Amino acid sequence: MKKQVTLQQEFIKGVWDSNPVLKQLLGLCPVLAVTVSAINGFAMGLAATFVMFMASLIVSTIRKTIPPQVRIASFIVIIATFVTIVDLVMKAKFPDLSKALGPFIPLIVVNCMILGRQEAFASKNKPGRAIVDALGMGAGFTIALVILGGIREILGSREFFGLQVLPDQFEPWLIMILPAGAFLTLGLMLGVVNMYTDRKKRMEHESIIAHYKRVGREELIEELEVK
Amino acid sequence: MNKVAQMLLVLTSIGILAGGLLAMVSEWANPLIAANQKAATEAAIFRVQPEGKNYEPVQNAGFEVYKVMDEQNSDLGFALVYEGNGFSGKIRMIAGLSDDLEKIIAIEILDQIETPGLGTKIVEEPFTNQFLQLETNPNVAWVKGVEPSKPNEIQTITGATISAKAVVEILNNGISRLKKLRDDGGLQ
Repeated sequence: MKKQVTLQQEFIKGVWDSNPVLKQLLGLCPVLAVTVSAINGFAMGLAATFVMFMASLIVSTIRKTIPPQVRIASFIVIIATFVTIVDLVMKAKFPDLSKALGPFIPLIVVNCMILGRQEAFASKNKPGRAIVDALGMGAGFTIALVILGGIREILGSREFFGLQVLPDQFEPWLIMILPAGAFLTLGLMLGVVNMYTDRKKRMEHESIIAHYKRVGREELIEELEVK
Repeated sequence: MNKVAQMLLVLTSIGILAGGLLAMVSEWANPLIAANQKAATEAAIFRVQPEGKNYEPVQNAGFEVYKVMDEQNSDLGFALVYEGNGFSGKIRMIAGLSDDLEKIIAIEILDQIETPGLGTKIVEEPFTNQFLQLETNPNVAWVKGVEPSKPNEIQTITGATISAKAVVEILNNGISRLKKLRDDGGLQ
């Protein structure tokens, strides 16, 4: 029996419960490389979201036509097509942004987050559900990148989205714009997220135990049976 | 057999559709990309030759160099695009030169991937302004830790000596190639 999952839960799943960056740790190469500023993270997030949206839509629409033996090859061709489109459009319309993101846009092709969603979700679900999943994952990816980029930009160059937020007296921490800063910041972010999840889980356990102590064994079993 | 046929058919059709779509997008994007690049080059030329109003590329030079003219279409000098190795990758720069190639009018760094915060200072004005009106005969030279005393000297950047030296070297290489081209009569 498949559990009934609402579309809303499907979306929240990508943003929080299995956030591609913070929980699944997927696609970390662009995450670490481009996040020297919030705007870079935002652009990278949007580009990946668009590619994932289009790829999920198409893969899920033709999921019954693709023979299982060539599914990975088909996914890659579909993903690569949309990545190239994004790359060309950015070069044509946003040359500065395209220069800043450099080789990382073409590298979205091999981002395991996108391929992972096609294999794990889009190829097994209806188009409507698949695009909600893609949008959720994309939103989670973008949010994580903007936070990471924002922290690095504020501490590394005193700015947030290009606006100065810290006074001139604040000496920028160079390490935050260097690759090491990406690892340190991401590590601390993961630590905070894990701490929060652990605490939540512990509180749930404690409330169950407290409930058990209050009502006793028999009634708890009855309660569960009713459920 | 049937399965093989289906595999071939599906992958081929995906490939054909993808190719067709990409052809259409690139048809639309390529002129825009070319225009962007041209605009970027043009803007850079007029930044290193502020009085320039017009330019034309020097043909058959073997490297990128532009002849820059003012309003009356009389020669102002040249804009030389040259690249070489920096500290962690290629540095590409443009330099505005006087008509006799004896003076640098201004320089600008176009592309670089130097260390953020240290090597990237070669892009900033305190460094590039040192090249304003710098003499190129003898070659541009650098000094470290002291104020430049000769008209062909610049001071390197603390913490990024290699990047600063690389800029000087690229500049010297480019200018000597341009001078050789002039002596061979390639600039007429």
